[in-house]
Amino acid sequence: MTDTETVLRVQGITKNFGDLVANDAISFSLKKGKVLSLLGENGAGKTTLMNIIFGHYTADGGHIEVFGKKLNASNPAEAIALGVGMVHQHFTLADNLTVLENVILGTEPLWKWVQDKAAGRARLKELSGEFGLHVDPDADIKSLTVGEKQRVEILKALYRGAKILILDEPTAVLTPQETDQLFGTLRDMLARGLSVIFISHKLGEVMAIADDIAVLRHGKLVANFPVAEASREIIAEKMVGEAVPQPRRQIMEAGEELLSVEDVSVKDENGQQILKNVSLHLHRHQIIGIAGVSGNGQKPLSDLVSGMCRPGSGQLNLSGEAITVFDPKEMVAKGIGRVPEDRHVQGVVGDFSVEENMILETYASARFSKFGWLRKKEVTDYAYSLIKAFDIRGAGPETIVRGLSGGNMQKVILSRVLENSPQIILANQPTRGLDVGAATFVHEQLFKARKEGAGIILISEDLEELLAVADSVAVMYHGQISPQMPVESVTLQQLGLLMSGEGFSVHSKGQDHAA
Amino acid sequence: MLLEPRTHTPLWMTIIAPIAAVFVVMVLCSGLIMWAGAPVLQSYIALAKGAFGSKFAISETLVRATPLMLTGLAAAVAFRAKLWNIGGEGQLYMGALAATYFGTGMVNLPAPLMIPFLFVVGAIAGGLLLLVPALLKTKLKVDEVVTTLLLNFVILLMANYLLFGPWKDPMAMGWPQGAPIVDAGILPKLIEKTRLHGGLIFALLASVSVWLVMSKTKWGLEIRAVGLNQDAASFAGIPINKTIIRTALISGGLAACAGVTEVAGTKEYLTLDISPGFGYTGIAVAMLAGLNPLGVIIAAIFFAGIYNGADSMSRAMDVSNYIADVITAASLLMVMLAVMLTRMRIRFS
Repeated sequence: MTDTETVLRVQGITKNFGDLVANDAISFSLKKGKVLSLLGENGAGKTTLMNIIFGHYTADGGHIEVFGKKLNASNPAEAIALGVGMVHQHFTLADNLTVLENVILGTEPLWKWVQDKAAGRARLKELSGEFGLHVDPDADIKSLTVGEKQRVEILKALYRGAKILILDEPTAVLTPQETDQLFGTLRDMLARGLSVIFISHKLGEVMAIADDIAVLRHGKLVANFPVAEASREIIAEKMVGEAVPQPRRQIMEAGEELLSVEDVSVKDENGQQILKNVSLHLHRHQIIGIAGVSGNGQKPLSDLVSGMCRPGSGQLNLSGEAITVFDPKEMVAKGIGRVPEDRHVQGVVGDFSVEENMILETYASARFSKFGWLRKKEVTDYAYSLIKAFDIRGAGPETIVRGLSGGNMQKVILSRVLENSPQIILANQPTRGLDVGAATFVHEQLFKARKEGAGIILISEDLEELLAVADSVAVMYHGQISPQMPVESVTLQQLGLLMSGEGFSVHSKGQDHAA
Repeated sequence: MLLEPRTHTPLWMTIIAPIAAVFVVMVLCSGLIMWAGAPVLQSYIALAKGAFGSKFAISETLVRATPLMLTGLAAAVAFRAKLWNIGGEGQLYMGALAATYFGTGMVNLPAPLMIPFLFVVGAIAGGLLLLVPALLKTKLKVDEVVTTLLLNFVILLMANYLLFGPWKDPMAMGWPQGAPIVDAGILPKLIEKTRLHGGLIFALLASVSVWLVMSKTKWGLEIRAVGLNQDAASFAGIPINKTIIRTALISGGLAACAGVTEVAGTKEYLTLDISPGFGYTGIAVAMLAGLNPLGVIIAAIFFAGIYNGADSMSRAMDVSNYIADVITAASLLMVMLAVMLTRMRIRFS
């Protein structure tokens, strides 16, 4: 029977990075016209495995067969030739070229006087018609939405003759509605005999699209079964290994107002309006969740409260008093704790030790320096106490931070921020890339701070996290913000609609944001 | 072929790597020596003797190492903050000009005050010279590589003008050189009948001080944080521009002190050839030292030894002394390669 033909067979793939075993003797197979979902926590080895299949990495052991042919690893060109296509988590499109140019880029010989665009266009048209992937071939990539860019990526793979499509966390950047659309496309493709490997850690989506499930944990394949035989609970348990108790949000009476953002607008260097008439009110004992597709104003909002930029108009009040100096140091001094979005970029100095990172905001205080000299013993003792209090494993004060896991690195940042007992905490994507255990730790710490009287702004792209942790939620879209809604009264669908812009007046020149 | 980071580097590897690198350089350069028609082993022996083979050779090597330590420190400090100061040569001449201006009779102080005074005015002049590119960088985002490099020629041509014109010593029989530094301003000799002067002590103290500042103080933390991750430093509230400007003042000041040691120590008057490119070689010294202020001492002595040794090899064996440039350049590349290999491993697939 042709429809049970095995198109991809992975046999005993092993990959080590130094002492880390990223993939440990992994075997599975993919059948024609089916979706295999590869599940696992961050760091479980999913991306490594896909990079091996696609030829970016060389496996230390094992082999891969595509349509019965052995794949000689470490060469993406060969994988492509055999019909493997990959859509990366972060798109690999040239922003300054058109859709058509991006699609044919690299498929033509390097030395050629004229590009045969007409043939490319015809084939692109044919493919997009066949699979319902509609994009304007002549549109510039930079003018496309995220969902459209993803379609271009898929078209790119199809154009190269992909019969096996690897999608690495394709829904991470999509709204729920765009996700549904993507799934529609995928089903079309399956019906036409393509096969898909779908990498994700969102259980709901996996249940919706996959035929088979393979679960990775710490580099090992711990489960491989048809989706029909699985329940959410079983899969979750396989992913995490043990049942992790989720901290429960206690209902708390919000206290007095700590921070108010009043009608703030911000323009970036190019004069683009990146925040439009944003207002926000944060109270004691309150966690406000900010939802939204990445790039809709979360960063400028976070920069504003962090002291990294200043409002073009409008103002910020701290306990009723207007902030006049916008400077990170000033914000720290005023009791605002800031957990930045990107740990590696803004959070830590990677080549600094744990202790140096822990005092990065407070090194100038009398506690840690005297006449310009750092009080080394004081600093080290402080680091020891924080390492203990925040359970930072496998690290001493002198350990270089770059080598720590994401969770431990985040704990270093959290310890630095929370140890100063901030009244206001801005946490921008504090659990991104963390495994369940580390994410739970972060949530516990936020709950603890909230209990002690802090108000927290939690920016996240993970709606389930927001609904579990926040007291009220607001959605950002194109630099605007929706009113704050109590978390009990909103549904995922409502948030999804708001995230895709429903209810926002996009073109109004800075009137209010009618919800 | 792939490069993969090592999880840990054994101690023996850290020690062997630079030694092995220098050995490889000697093997490579022996080809050039053979080409020049000289016996390889004897040539290297002549080089070693010329560098470290006698009291005189050692003293000369240390005389040459003195300004290299200071320009090396200047580069090391600036590069730590990712301030690409290529203007060490100009700052050196600026320090020499300041020492000449104040040290040839304008100010008269007893020696214990006069010598520190010359270093202070020299350092201020050099610091202010680098302040200009630093301000252009912080205020207008002008690339400092271009500005510092071009300022070298501005200062060198200014020194030319002064020495051929208003500052020309009338007693120098027409040579373009400045008036001699007053006796109180001359750095004392360390060893009789050699040129070795107190500038060496100053350079050693400077190295230790810079090391202390970089590793034990608030300023050092700020400079390193700005250099390693400006985004995180800025987010944590470290004043980026202030740190860059402070770094510029320190770096320019250190390079200028090299000019002071040459004018007030080695030559005792200003000429246009007080520096055979010490400012530029300082960059290589700093790189060889891995930007470590204490490593700068060793790297400067190594470079000075090669240059002096190559001079005497060229006299003894008739091999061009340009071999010194080949050896130092190749050493820098090889040591950097060796250091990289202590951190990474090569895998062949």
